[in-house]
Amino acid sequence: MEPDKKINIKGLVCPYTFVKAKLAIEDMEIGQVLEILLDYEEASRSIPKSMEDHGHKVLKVEKINDTDWIIQVRKEKD
Amino acid sequence: MEFTEEQLQRYSRHIILPEVGGKGQKKLLNARVFIVGAGGLGCPVGYYLTAAGIGTIAIIDNDNVELSNLQRQIAHSVNTLGMPKVESAKRTFEALNPDVKIVAIKEKITKDNILDLIKDYDIVVDGSDNFPTRYLVNDACVMLGKPLISGAILRFEGQVTTIIPKEGHCYRCLFEEPPPPGLVPSCQEAGVLGILPGVIGALQATEVIKLILGKGDILKNELLIYNALKTSFRKVRVKRNPDCPVCGHFPRIKELIDYTEGYCAIR
Repeated sequence: MEPDKKINIKGLVCPYTFVKAKLAIEDMEIGQVLEILLDYEEASRSIPKSMEDHGHKVLKVEKINDTDWIIQVRKEKD
Repeated sequence: MEFTEEQLQRYSRHIILPEVGGKGQKKLLNARVFIVGAGGLGCPVGYYLTAAGIGTIAIIDNDNVELSNLQRQIAHSVNTLGMPKVESAKRTFEALNPDVKIVAIKEKITKDNILDLIKDYDIVVDGSDNFPTRYLVNDACVMLGKPLISGAILRFEGQVTTIIPKEGHCYRCLFEEPPPPGLVPSCQEAGVLGILPGVIGALQATEVIKLILGKGDILKNELLIYNALKTSFRKVRVKRNPDCPVCGHFPRIKELIDYTEGYCAIR
């Protein structure tokens, strides 16, 4: 699925990984998809969980190489 | 407005909260709050609102820092003894968070200056220690339609209430007139536990933040009473009085009053 917005938060650790992801999704419209590129393993688990806690839909969590993950989230509420 | 990297770090624990987020934090950064008194209540209120990143905080007080203040007035220190309290508080707050603009006003608040002083602020916090000021601030906020977070402390007991003029009760709906001079002892006469203004001030600051965010329940039509000896919180329901002399249907008080006669010069 082609995302509406992509952010690269490689090099960031918790909680700034989620802070950046949350600020990005806040500025989007409901129904739009955010793609997050990250390299902090813990965040590959915590961001999907936090996004769901905030009411959004996690579409994909994928390890794309030795160091990086891609997460896609669809905005479900303001 | 975009957050700086420093702001992202400073406010990260706010931004993560669903009820705050980046949008809420921006509301806080754009808010303007006026604090009456830089004493027991004004210090923690200003301290936490500064930490929260309230954009502009004005604080008014006409006194200087004394050693007897330091048991509870946490923005002051031995290094600022003799200095105007508002200057002392301004230094402390600015050291905590340079994002916040602190407006220090070393004046007595009176019926002649209050409307002009508070008119450009979103919310007023009363941390004064005397009835003339409490009633003056209430009446001015009712007249201007400004939300007011009122707090009071004595001995081991404190109270907080949030006044939203024309929507909820005001201070005069609760107590129509100030008590006669001398009936209710002041903190100087009766003493106060040093932590008490910390608890009550933190509650006042919480009310301010929720009002700005538009989240949660506020103490509208309610009076919260904290007893430090019993470790108890009690909420008392307060009704708006349709015959209230200042916010009722036919207000008798149409001009501000400085209650001075018989009241000691309270410091």
